[in-house]
Amino acid sequence: MTFELALRAPELTGAGHGRDDTANHRLAVVGLTASYGRSPAITEVSLSLESRSVTAFIGPSGCGKSTLLRTFNRLHEVTPGARVTGAVRLDGIDLYDPRVDPVTVRRRIGMVFQRPNPFPTLSIRDNVLAGIRLQYRRLRPSGADELVEAMLTAVGLWDEVKDCLGRPGISLSGGQQQRLCIARVIAVAPDVILMDEPCSSLDPVSTAAIEELMVNLGRDYTVVVVTHNLQQAARVSRKTAFFTVAGAGEPGRLVEYGDTAGLFSAPSKAQTADYLAGRFG
Amino acid sequence: MTALAGRPAGVSTRRRLTDHVATVAAWAAFAAAAIPLVSLLVTVVTRGLARLDMTFFTSSMRGIVGAGGGAAHALWGTVLVTLAATAISVPIGVGTAVYLVEYGRPVLSRLLWFLVDVMTGLPSVVAGLAAYALIVMVVGPGARSGLAGAIALSLLMIPVVVKSSAEMLRLVPTDLREAATGLGASRPAVIATVGLPAARPGIVAGVMLGVGRIIGETAPLLLVAGFTDSLNLNLTTGRMATLPVYIYSQWQNKGADQAAYDNRAWTAALVLIGLVLLFSLAARLLGRLLAPTSLKG
Repeated sequence: MTFELALRAPELTGAGHGRDDTANHRLAVVGLTASYGRSPAITEVSLSLESRSVTAFIGPSGCGKSTLLRTFNRLHEVTPGARVTGAVRLDGIDLYDPRVDPVTVRRRIGMVFQRPNPFPTLSIRDNVLAGIRLQYRRLRPSGADELVEAMLTAVGLWDEVKDCLGRPGISLSGGQQQRLCIARVIAVAPDVILMDEPCSSLDPVSTAAIEELMVNLGRDYTVVVVTHNLQQAARVSRKTAFFTVAGAGEPGRLVEYGDTAGLFSAPSKAQTADYLAGRFG
Repeated sequence: MTALAGRPAGVSTRRRLTDHVATVAAWAAFAAAAIPLVSLLVTVVTRGLARLDMTFFTSSMRGIVGAGGGAAHALWGTVLVTLAATAISVPIGVGTAVYLVEYGRPVLSRLLWFLVDVMTGLPSVVAGLAAYALIVMVVGPGARSGLAGAIALSLLMIPVVVKSSAEMLRLVPTDLREAATGLGASRPAVIATVGLPAARPGIVAGVMLGVGRIIGETAPLLLVAGFTDSLNLNLTTGRMATLPVYIYSQWQNKGADQAAYDNRAWTAALVLIGLVLLFSLAARLLGRLLAPTSLKG
């Protein structure tokens, strides 16, 4: 119900908006290897993500699932020495094509980080608008107010903060900050939303709120969630990819990818079954 | 509880003694550091008060050989030269810091850091000679100007600004950089909205330290800005007096009425200290006024 506002939000951001609601926002990975220096963190991944649904990446620490996620918006290459080979396709366009500007990629593929990271010098309101201003997009003054309300409503924060929009974003609690960061991401109307363990620093109540939000976001966006919490993957995702790593210094690999219900109830690989049963990882 | 409460005197005698010794030692060290400073301040204030009158701030030394006269020309010279040196140093210094932290390639960065370190230890007279060489090439031999003095002083100030700005830029959390980058901000936008606001205190501190470093410099100004008894408000042509050079020349070239020259030198020293104070207050105020309250669209 509240989320319908967010759907209309792209119009609020005014002219020159890039989102095409008829597109599928289909993300596909082909033979992807991501490395730091000489050592690959994850290798030979190929998978096709279902559009407008939540996909979960699970696996033990060090299996490269976060690295893989960071290749999707080309944030991996910001780390010095980081390299990527293979392709990531968004609606058929290879994001690693030399003609593609990484800044444009990041405008279409938003990211929510492990630790809530609102801009400390900005107010709650300005944090929501930060993405638009960082991209030098123009916004009507009234449009800004509508957008702030719509986005904060969409993340379920409006009633809590509507009287203190001028307060610094970092004055909120951890869970509220994370929801503010999600509002900041959807305010720029991306096609895909990446979430890198978004609940790992939050309490159970805040986690439940974020999970509900993930389910809602999955109706309109292609959402990818990296999580250590298997129950969370089972609760929020339609499909799940399981990665593992043979040992320290080895690259991570994709083991199994399929419907979440099927993967959890009847994994086809022994490694998956062992991990889900808690025998390693 | 009982175990903790037992035998209070036995342990504490030695511990209390150690505590006393350490406290006395700390106070003694503080006093040793503070006494020369306080003594200097008291001397400058008491001797400087003699000539702290309106004439000192309104008249120059033009045509004065005995008592009277003032340091208006030198005061203005110091203000102008210091402001010009700051105006040259801040953009170059901050720009270098941004390059070092945000764009620098490993080899070139290390080389630049090394050069900045070397420049920090640059003897001021060498900076003066470098500026002199430059002005000889541009204007001709024997030329003196306030601007040349500002260039010499900026050579001393730039490394200070680079270091303190770069140190603050390095402290910007990766979290925030990634937040901005992940939102589709270009690199200049990330620097302008996340990097520089965070580095602002470092830049202000660098300007304050830099001004403190250059405002009392005498040797390079003696070389390239020269000395004059008259007021000159034009930075680009002609000799320009500054307070440190004024103090030096009052002390060195005393006329028949020695006390008048001594008094002027002490008052100029007092005014110079006051000026440093004013500059650091102004830098703090400016830093606060430039505080980012919102991203600019």
